Amino acid sequence: MTATATPPTAKSTTPPRPEGKQKRRPAKSPYPLWFYIPAGILFTVLFLVPTISSFYFSLTRWSIFDVEFIGFENYVQFFREPALVQGFINTFIFGFMTSGLKVILGLLLGVLLTSSVIGRGYLRSVVFFPVLVSVIGVGFTFRALMDPFDGAINTALGWFGIDGPGWLTDPAWALYSVALVDVWRGVGLATLIYIAGIVGIPQEYYEAARVDGASAWRSFWHITLPLSWPATSTVVLLSLIGGLRSFDLIWAMTRGGPGFTSDVIASVIYKQYQAGFYGLSTAGNVILFLVVTAIVVPLSMWLRKREVEQ
Amino acid sequence: MTETRVVTTQVADGQKPLKIRKRRKLTWKAKLQRYGMGSIAILASIIVFLLPFLFILFTAGKDRQEASLFAFTPPSQWMLWENFIAVLETRNYMVVTAFWNSIVLTVVAVSIMVILGSMVGYVLQRRKSRWNPLVMLFVLAGLIIPPAVVPTVWVMQSLELYGTLIGLILIEVTFGLAFTVLLIRAFVAAIPKELDEAAIIDGAGSMRLFFTVIFPLLRGVIVTVIVVQAVTVFNTFVNALYFLPGEPTVQLTLYNFLSQSGNQWNLLFMNILIITIPPLILYIFFNRQIVAGMTSGAVKG
Repeated sequence: MTATATPPTAKSTTPPRPEGKQKRRPAKSPYPLWFYIPAGILFTVLFLVPTISSFYFSLTRWSIFDVEFIGFENYVQFFREPALVQGFINTFIFGFMTSGLKVILGLLLGVLLTSSVIGRGYLRSVVFFPVLVSVIGVGFTFRALMDPFDGAINTALGWFGIDGPGWLTDPAWALYSVALVDVWRGVGLATLIYIAGIVGIPQEYYEAARVDGASAWRSFWHITLPLSWPATSTVVLLSLIGGLRSFDLIWAMTRGGPGFTSDVIASVIYKQYQAGFYGLSTAGNVILFLVVTAIVVPLSMWLRKREVEQ
Repeated sequence: MTETRVVTTQVADGQKPLKIRKRRKLTWKAKLQRYGMGSIAILASIIVFLLPFLFILFTAGKDRQEASLFAFTPPSQWMLWENFIAVLETRNYMVVTAFWNSIVLTVVAVSIMVILGSMVGYVLQRRKSRWNPLVMLFVLAGLIIPPAVVPTVWVMQSLELYGTLIGLILIEVTFGLAFTVLLIRAFVAAIPKELDEAAIIDGAGSMRLFFTVIFPLLRGVIVTVIVVQAVTVFNTFVNALYFLPGEPTVQLTLYNFLSQSGNQWNLLFMNILIITIPPLILYIFFNRQIVAGMTSGAVKG
């Protein structure tokens, strides 16, 4: 890199720089490290410090007035809470279900919307639109649509003679219903990322494949799929991380109910916070941190390794 | 259909196609895909995506009694304007205050986020330094780790940022940075490094290189980042709840119409309509640029 840097004398032909700093470091990399600093300061103060101190605070009994060190008592209490085991499992179900569906639907829609179908512009807009609407608003809307008796979904199912379940009131369904709404809301973003990835694939590959007589399916399998891998890894990571931490939609739709059946770790944390158990709530944060990290870090390393191999 | 149709099973703007042997077969298939798949997709999109919004509109136009029935019918008497006024007047024009707060929050936070985020994403992709693993670790940490709520409140209190709009702006920037950096880094990778080298040979310094060569090329992804982050920040719910108590933001106004004594669904849905307008305008305004930006980002030498 540095080999290509110009000697200072060559600059005399160009207009003066706004900063005029270049003379001091002619042989330096053109990519200055201080670009990291402003973002780094914010990140350190408002994210790293709270996160690191959360490990300490999770070991305390913490109220508005004082902090008392109590060891692992919060964690013990947290794992005794019946809602936690349920919330713990639900977090995985919700995360993997939403992320898997977003990848599959996002890829299919991405391929469809980069092909020459009619109404492409309309479809792109309409699929992406739910991303824009307030999560809380979406939650309330589907709460009304999913009403077991009067809701539009069960009314429509009734026309076909199907007796729809109590989407949000039946403990067996509540979590999955919220997950489906989350996919409805988030698939537009996944599609957008896939569209960007797919149009970035050079057309020459498709031409070459076509000359070689490859079918559309083989083109998809051997060109689109591997070459849109960066898009796939972005979609997988973002939706998994979002899914495992998901709170807003669940809170708007079920508040973790009925009972604890649609609680996830994030909603348990919030309930503890509301109750004023700050230490306990922070312990929940640490647990969620560990859960998410244990899943996402190995996965992202694997995805990045495959990305490099491409 | 001209000859160019032959190769357009994928987007192929302005391409000069080679004449290919299996032309007729491909055309037939392309047509099937174009019209068949398109029709199915449009029909499905109406049911899955448009009907819920029609429901919001219908319910927002009903009176309180009728709205509580959840029926998917047009209101027997349209009351959009009355409900609109009723929502505005609720709790002493709280929606108006909330709108102002949310718009200031969104504009300032997203601007800072885009500039800081693209600086990091760019250097991170371009320069191999020993800091990269650490920065990448922070980016992933920022994406992965759920913010520790109470300790963050504690830090903000000691900086006297707690409960202020500036505090919430900085929080949104911090929480949004990781995603911004990740997205921009991925797109910087698609910009040929030869461009940098050419600019350097032409005598551009690092600031000039970034702001006049790279930054304009990032336009497509930056528009995407702006739209996505603006929507995220505008729709922020939990962060506002935790870090800006006492000052309303738009999402919190929805809860005005839920109460133990009975929900006012008509006003609630009217409120959803009102707070969806700014993201909608943003999207209509940027829609073409999103698609154009992303397609142009794909153009390679």
